[in-house]
Amino acid sequence: MNGSETDTLLAEAAERAVELAVLGGRQGRRAFIERVGAATAGAVLASVFPMGAARVLAQDKPGPLEKRDLKIGFIPITCATPIIMAEPMGFYKKHGLNVQVLKASSWAMIRDISINGETDATHMLSPMPLAISLGVGSQSVPYVMPAVENINGQAITLHAKHKGVKTAAEMKGFKFGVPFDYSMHNFLLRYVLAEDGVDPDRDVQIRAVPPPEMVANLRAGNLDGYLAPDPFNQRAVFEEVGFIYMLSKDIWPGHPCCAFAAKREFVEKMPNTFKATLFAILDATQYARDRAHRKEIAAALAPRNFLNQPVEVLEQVLTGVFPDGLGNTRNVPDRIDFDPFPYHSMAVWILTQMKRWGYLKADVNYRKVAEEVFLAAGCREAMRTLGQKAPEGNAVKHTFALGKTRVFDPDKPEDYMKSFAIRRV
Amino acid sequence: MQRDRLRVIGFSALLGLAFLFLWQALTSVQPAGRGVPGPLAVGATAVQMLAHPFYNNGPNDKGIGLQLAASLGRLGVGWVVASVVAIMGGVALGLSPTLYRAVNPYVQVLKPISPLAWMPLFLYTIKDSSQSAILVIFMSSLWPTLANTAFGVATIKRDYLNVAAILQLSWWRRLVTVILPAAAPAIVAGLRISIGSAWVAIVAAEMLIGGTGIGYFVWNEWNNLALTSVIFAILAIGLIGVLLDAVLGRLSRRLAYTE
Repeated sequence: MNGSETDTLLAEAAERAVELAVLGGRQGRRAFIERVGAATAGAVLASVFPMGAARVLAQDKPGPLEKRDLKIGFIPITCATPIIMAEPMGFYKKHGLNVQVLKASSWAMIRDISINGETDATHMLSPMPLAISLGVGSQSVPYVMPAVENINGQAITLHAKHKGVKTAAEMKGFKFGVPFDYSMHNFLLRYVLAEDGVDPDRDVQIRAVPPPEMVANLRAGNLDGYLAPDPFNQRAVFEEVGFIYMLSKDIWPGHPCCAFAAKREFVEKMPNTFKATLFAILDATQYARDRAHRKEIAAALAPRNFLNQPVEVLEQVLTGVFPDGLGNTRNVPDRIDFDPFPYHSMAVWILTQMKRWGYLKADVNYRKVAEEVFLAAGCREAMRTLGQKAPEGNAVKHTFALGKTRVFDPDKPEDYMKSFAIRRV
Repeated sequence: MQRDRLRVIGFSALLGLAFLFLWQALTSVQPAGRGVPGPLAVGATAVQMLAHPFYNNGPNDKGIGLQLAASLGRLGVGWVVASVVAIMGGVALGLSPTLYRAVNPYVQVLKPISPLAWMPLFLYTIKDSSQSAILVIFMSSLWPTLANTAFGVATIKRDYLNVAAILQLSWWRRLVTVILPAAAPAIVAGLRISIGSAWVAIVAAEMLIGGTGIGYFVWNEWNNLALTSVIFAILAIGLIGVLLDAVLGRLSRRLAYTE
């Protein structure tokens, strides 16, 4: 995989738009193509109109917005920071949009209201658009994911009674919560357990629990621990019911977590609106990246309308200066970070884990699925338009901080998967 | 009679006060700001919330009055539609023992299903979360009214129907002037059970779908472990339930008749 690949979807949508504009609507286009043939038509058009430059996301200013009033769903967690803060801090408005951010109660619900069209775009876990596009654990609806929301920012929290636990091998028999089956949380927790020889399907119980309900379940002793998004790790420390066992950045530094996603239909029907929304998200992400802004963001997210959490807890999460529940105050500036670039290689890793644990039974063209859903090229162009620095390549080798196979090579997904002793295939 | 009543009220108030006192005493033992809140803390939250019951800070933050109104609106639509369907179905079943016996097995299978179990199916088919919630209310208030109406109609005195037949009333007049009035007490008893179970279901349904409503409010406050708000919401839910029941109770007293 290399940087010269394009996200075909956006390119095609742009070409269609150009054809329509140059040839005067669908009728004109059909007549023209019938007369000269599709290939010739393309060549003729390319000669009079530089297609590359016309890709929707490469334009400086979006065209007229097809829709101004949008609804965007979110789950109340700090991963959704750019999506949520863009509302109170005016990033949507800046790009001409009037956005209502709607809180959803669970990931199944956010999936369903997005598929039903009750929201226009949505906060999702980065494996979800892949799974939904493939029709795994959902009806099959093509989704796109033009931006990652946050990297890192998750943790394994254990009940206070397990303070003596030092390795995953001691966690046999535990009941764990993860936000959703198709989540980085599930895959990272399984990864950690399996590296220490604990079979996540046989030796422990892993349940899907909506993040907001995790602390209450931990307190009730319903769960021994969870790999969850913040603020619910920090909230467990705040409530003195648990401690932070491991930050997710100590598993895979820079791993993607939550994402901004939409139905492919949204991009095709409303390219300008989609682009403006992406711009707003990227702007907000860039703002959130700057650590100097983190306290201000914590204050903007705390009210009942958004995360509904104590500001103190949100500050501990976002600034990375936090008590870990074991009596230490830790200072980890990149505990959570915000980086929008959706590397195709991230998608390939997720797909290998979906296969590894038996969620994905059929053979899959890793690369093709990754390219169709994770819009790396589109994100790059949008970032550059906004004057942000974006990576050159669409895929990189990812290095893990934990495990026997430390380096993930996206060109050899099957070999990578087979390198694990514990797997379902 | 009057003295008896006073004594009941006094005893009731005493029980309530004793409970509040015990609650406060037990929660005062905990370190401040931790554990289950006491009645004083809940009272403070209640005062705060009732001071601005109709504020609107956007889709995820509305006053308690708006939340309750949204829930009551859902309840009203679901319950009214379910009642119309259930009364019509119940009359048909009550008048025809054959039909009743044919349909009964299906009703028996459907009746014990928690209305919430339908939610995923509704979401998938209707593709609208608020309509799905209303349908959940519909399902929860359908069966009690249906069963009671069928029973009420089936047990109407034969004499009434015979008289109606002798007078050669049209089926419509027979329905309106004889069957429905005769079965009214049973129907209203069904409606009363229905609205109670619908009110129970709505809280759970709203916790699932999110949006606006008292159930969602409880869920949102639970996320923040704001137990004072949760307890206050529980009390509000209980009081509304009592009010709904009282309205239908009054109706049933008006419709009661002696033979």
